Amino acid sequence: MARATSPSHRRTLRCLLVVALALGALALLAAPALGGTFTPQTGGSPNANRIDSLYRVALWIALVIFFAVEGALVYSLVRFRARRGAMAAQIRGHARLEMGWTVGAAVILVALAVLTFAKLDSIRTPPNSGPGEAQLAGRPALYATLDRRLPPNGKSLNIQVNGQQYLWRFTYPGGGPTGFGGPYSYQEMVVPTDTTVTLDVVSQDVAHSWWIPALGGKVDAVPGYVNHTWFKIHKPGLYAGECAEMCGRRHADMIAVVRAVDPDRFEAWLAQRQADIQAANKAAESARARIARQGGLAGSP
Amino acid sequence: MATAEHAIPRPQIVARGVQAPARGWTSWITTTDHKRIGILYMVTTFAFFLLGGVEALLMRLQLTSPHNTLVTPQSFNQLFTLHGSTMIFLFVVPMMAGIGNYLLPLMIGARDMAFPRLNALSYWLLLAGGIVFYSSLFFSAPEAGWTSYAPLSSSAYIPNNGVDAWIYLIHLTGLSSILGAINFYATIANMRAPGMGWGRLPLFVWGLLTYSVLIIVAMPLIAVAVTLLLTARHFGTHFYDPSNGGSPLLWQHLFWFFGHPEVYIMVLPAFGIISEILPVFARKPIFGYKAIAASTVMIAFLGLLTWAHHMFATPTPIVVFIFVMLSSYVIAVPTGVKVLNWLATLWRGTVEFKTPLLFAVAMISLFVIGGISGVFLAIFPVDWQVEDTYFVVAHLHYVLVGGSVMGIFAGIYYWFPKFTGRMLAEGLGKLSCALMWLGINLTFLIQHSLGLDGMPRRVYEYPDIAHFQLYNIISTVGSFTLALGVLVTVVNVARSLRHGVVAGPDPWRGNTLEWFVPSPPPANNFDVIPRVRSVEPMKDIRRQIERQSPVADQAPAPTPTPAVPA
Repeated sequence: MARATSPSHRRTLRCLLVVALALGALALLAAPALGGTFTPQTGGSPNANRIDSLYRVALWIALVIFFAVEGALVYSLVRFRARRGAMAAQIRGHARLEMGWTVGAAVILVALAVLTFAKLDSIRTPPNSGPGEAQLAGRPALYATLDRRLPPNGKSLNIQVNGQQYLWRFTYPGGGPTGFGGPYSYQEMVVPTDTTVTLDVVSQDVAHSWWIPALGGKVDAVPGYVNHTWFKIHKPGLYAGECAEMCGRRHADMIAVVRAVDPDRFEAWLAQRQADIQAANKAAESARARIARQGGLAGSP
Repeated sequence: MATAEHAIPRPQIVARGVQAPARGWTSWITTTDHKRIGILYMVTTFAFFLLGGVEALLMRLQLTSPHNTLVTPQSFNQLFTLHGSTMIFLFVVPMMAGIGNYLLPLMIGARDMAFPRLNALSYWLLLAGGIVFYSSLFFSAPEAGWTSYAPLSSSAYIPNNGVDAWIYLIHLTGLSSILGAINFYATIANMRAPGMGWGRLPLFVWGLLTYSVLIIVAMPLIAVAVTLLLTARHFGTHFYDPSNGGSPLLWQHLFWFFGHPEVYIMVLPAFGIISEILPVFARKPIFGYKAIAASTVMIAFLGLLTWAHHMFATPTPIVVFIFVMLSSYVIAVPTGVKVLNWLATLWRGTVEFKTPLLFAVAMISLFVIGGISGVFLAIFPVDWQVEDTYFVVAHLHYVLVGGSVMGIFAGIYYWFPKFTGRMLAEGLGKLSCALMWLGINLTFLIQHSLGLDGMPRRVYEYPDIAHFQLYNIISTVGSFTLALGVLVTVVNVARSLRHGVVAGPDPWRGNTLEWFVPSPPPANNFDVIPRVRSVEPMKDIRRQIERQSPVADQAPAPTPTPAVPA
């Protein structure tokens, strides 16, 4: 229009310019985030990768909706700003249009639901181990439960994850027939590559949450309950995470590391661990016996 | 007809026989006037808002470097507990009660609330809750988070009495909210102006109605939950103790059955504020009144069925997850409908860029982001990755700061002339809006990435990896920008109370009945309660006056109020 220089007009334009600059600045600030921080972490275990691909579909749908809605908002502010002589159209609604966008929104969500169901099983159910799996896969687990999902061939390496303020303890198979007395470690879980690992996640005090981002989603460790998840690592290396449920003052320090090694090295590590623990138990036993011989703690010098 | 004759409104309502307004501080303590109680609510909750804001800034300062020692781990836990509880129980919910208290009777053409003394009790209970809660600062502040999950909140793990102060906060503010909600409901159901059927209720009143119903349904659940916690802490019960047959998940179910509707308790009145402001400044009727009112009710109903989406990582049967995922998806439909109706209200209007409109538009632009990230959280396998991380922090702040707080600020700028008789300065208002909008985006947009990168929430330190520190610094800079924006509004309010332009009864040419009475309205509000013939009674009244005035000369038809100098 010819009146593009009226003061109110210029003010509006200046406003829009400011908004545009702000958006530009935000885009610049978001630039460092381009290095993979728009999506969940991947590359550790298939379930994490599948969650990521589900997330990406949702992200594309979300971006389209986001730009459409924010675009329509900015457009109507610019196009329909008050001008001399302009009259507001006195429209109170439009039944067909309103029905249309209600159904449209519903259709998008139905599509999203269908997609979620399509992906769900591959995220929840672990696959079989690779050909070089560790020998321990298939040993009986510490807990009997119907909720643990096993690979199609029924074989997995089952590790018990126990949360306590502010530490994780991992108990591996290899104990007696009941599973008790197996080797254990704190903070760092060592696992074989190419082997399906199932986890029984428990807590002995307050609620914690087990989470290694590259190995899939969180599972809460709730006292009184056994929770389950799984992962299968292909690439040897360290995978780190933190407790994700606020569990007290040192919650931030409750870190967890999973170290994936070749199955051979895993078996060797586990045997060494077992031997170390047995040796330590023996040493403790003889120390106890010695103390008892000397008349208990009260009688010792 | 006689009734029509009787109902013809006059251009200027001059209150007759009005008592001299009560003065002095005792008049504030003894008041049962809904407007004074409303002001007490708003001033008190705004003070708590500033306290909660300072707590947030302290946390943001702590997080500017990975292993900062500004505050101790215990203080950090206390800070986020105080911040969350303050913002929810002492700011957003009671602020809505305050704005509602002031405006509800005016908007529906009533002379006061249904139960004026109960109304005063609601306010004093709220203040008591706030004082009890903040007194804990002098002993030991609560440190179990605003969710106070059992068994962490039990006496075995937190023996000090901070959690007890939190429990009494919930009890006192909860009682305050329930009594207030009953009062709102009774007022709306019984005291509407003649002609104001349910189809002519202002949309903000629809927001308050659903707010009240949700409070009545959901608040008793948290009262039960914290009472059980209190007995477990002091009288040896074991409701949440698994070693004695209790269940920690019982707490989570009870808490979130309240906690999720609480989100809608906080945001539905804000939706209502936006639905009032947009048509006034677009000079257009609201688009799809019935759809907006119906979607408000739908959101409230569905909001009661989605609580377990806060528990996707707990040991719970998958069928429950599927149900709450679907019910959470379904909520996106009425929410989306609302946003589209707002856009359609602006469409082909003549949009006047006054501060209330800017805040309303800022609210929509921010809330859309929070709404969309909410859908991500509803997809439960995705939620397994992002829940309890900064992604959730970002989501909930886009909804509650971008949605509720910006809605509240829009309401403050829109109704301040009604509350005080003076206008807020436009320049400072726009500056405040711009700073807050920028600050919110700087603070919270980057937090999505922090969460996706693996930073859990509620941590006082973090490993020095990836871009963690850079992102945290950006977020901290944003939080101070946001605080500056809030400060500008504080200055604006302080200045305008004395020096603002005198507003007159109807500075914006509003649609609803509160603009019919002088600013500020006298005690008992209306001498004559006008008959309501549409959802925009003030438009009808203005039209009627124009029709009755002489049309011979070319001078603009007299409006019931002088227009504000542009």
